[in-house]
Amino acid sequence: MDTKDIIISLAYLVSAILFILCLKGLTKPRTAVRGNLFGALGMFVAVVVTLFNNNILGYGEIIFGLAVGAGIGAFLAVKIEMTAMPQMVALFNGFGGLASVLVAGAELLVLSGTVQEAFAKNPKIATAPEGTTAMLIAGLLAGLIGAVTFSGSLIAFAKLQEIKAFKKPFDYPMKQAINGALALIVFGLFVLAVSSPGSFWPYMLLTIVALVLGVTLVNPIGGADMPVVIALLNSYSGLAAAATGFVLNNSVLIIAGSLVGASGIILTQIMCKAMNRSLTHVLFGVMEAGESSMTDDEVYAGKVKSTSGDEVAMLFDSAQRVVIVPGYGLAVAQAQHAVRDLTNVLESMDIEVEFAIHPVAGRMPGHMNVLLAEAEIPYEQLKEMDVINPSFAQTDVTLVIGANDVVNPVARTDPNSPIAGMPILDVDKSRTVVVIKRSLSPGFAGIPNPLFAADNCLMFFGDGKKALLDLIAALKESM
Amino acid sequence: MGLLAVITAGELLAGITVFVLAVFVGFEIITKIPPTLHTPLMSGSNAISGITLVGALLSAGADHGFLATTLGTAAVIMATVNAVGGFLVTNRMLEMFRKKK
Repeated sequence: MDTKDIIISLAYLVSAILFILCLKGLTKPRTAVRGNLFGALGMFVAVVVTLFNNNILGYGEIIFGLAVGAGIGAFLAVKIEMTAMPQMVALFNGFGGLASVLVAGAELLVLSGTVQEAFAKNPKIATAPEGTTAMLIAGLLAGLIGAVTFSGSLIAFAKLQEIKAFKKPFDYPMKQAINGALALIVFGLFVLAVSSPGSFWPYMLLTIVALVLGVTLVNPIGGADMPVVIALLNSYSGLAAAATGFVLNNSVLIIAGSLVGASGIILTQIMCKAMNRSLTHVLFGVMEAGESSMTDDEVYAGKVKSTSGDEVAMLFDSAQRVVIVPGYGLAVAQAQHAVRDLTNVLESMDIEVEFAIHPVAGRMPGHMNVLLAEAEIPYEQLKEMDVINPSFAQTDVTLVIGANDVVNPVARTDPNSPIAGMPILDVDKSRTVVVIKRSLSPGFAGIPNPLFAADNCLMFFGDGKKALLDLIAALKESM
Repeated sequence: MGLLAVITAGELLAGITVFVLAVFVGFEIITKIPPTLHTPLMSGSNAISGITLVGALLSAGADHGFLATTLGTAAVIMATVNAVGGFLVTNRMLEMFRKKK
């Protein structure tokens, strides 16, 4: 190890520390911006010192790759709409996974060449050089995890972008059996690759099988489980990077990759807990056993009261405290700015307005917070579920916009329901609930919501944004 | 063909040690996250996973033949999109949270 290598290794240590500070910073609102800058700085340090590595002989391809990648990344990051953030994160994540596949591929290609050369020089030796097996296994793992991350993220992207062909999961028989068979093939290819270190084709085959596996794993997962999937894929991309680090024997790759892997797992757990679902159930696309004890008709017939903008405006006239519950429907209708306008009007009438945020509202962890922040709603006004739940009893009007399962009281009352035990927002305890929704169609859980038929509930049917604009107009008229 | 560094048993053990400790550090520093920061934490850590860029640079620049270089260069592009895009988009989100106080 010469002086240059030592300096490079120490610089990698610095960037690993910067990554730790980045993640730590990102867990507190006050330090989040700084944390993110630490992360970017850590990446910059790691990249710059890598360029001084003695093994790097040509810079043409590198400069080309960096320029193209930075251009695309910056363009996407600046141009993207805030409502499209979940699919953007999925896409970036997929790119990271693919990068790991390619790096591991390039290294294993060279390795197989070296091994072949060694065999050609001395046909009598029966074993490959020491360490070959470790490198192979690490490389195969990087390829496997990276490829699953890549194709899985692309499917997640397609679902989140609401591309028509991907709206409903592709249906084919024996899903679990096929996944099992794919897993067996993966195992077989591992054994093959390790026993014939001079060949590169097992890696290529493994990558292809893993790409298919990524598709079959994410395909059956429905909309409401998307936050879990995105957090999990994020964790995978970190693990793929760490595996690549083992191939290259590079400490900063191992550290950064495992940090991301760990943080992704924690987010995944938080999301699962918020839905009261186990990770295995999300991954294998099954809803918790049990069925709704009532049909739509029994729940809704004759009890649903429909309302209009004028009527809701009158309700607000006598209200002192209003809680707004945003759901995925808000994002679909792009109604975040209309919500802000409504909040301003209500506050000008001396009404206290707060937002109740369910942990899994939306399509990615924290989705509602990002949307409402974009509309410049102060984040002090956004309340977590545990904080706001006790205050619904003192709330005059609760306005639910495009949310369903997260406000379904069945979760509390019916132990046999698919969402039994899921923590929900207790909106039914407020004096009046107004639900803005297109129709009575069920949410992801596929069960009717007795809230809509409750005595204190009014349904305001329509597109989220249009309904809000009607409501604002009605309020302004009466002022 | 250039010389390829092969991992020794000692290096492998050191790598595994670092891996396990770093996973623990990851679990320890991220204990309680306010929901507001779920998305930024996710996209920020996603950007960190772009660290594969370091590996990509080594593959692209090592001159191990045309195919390896091509794979490496493609990896440089992908990883750079991941890293640059990830940090920028996280910053954009966080600025939104911060601007009204």
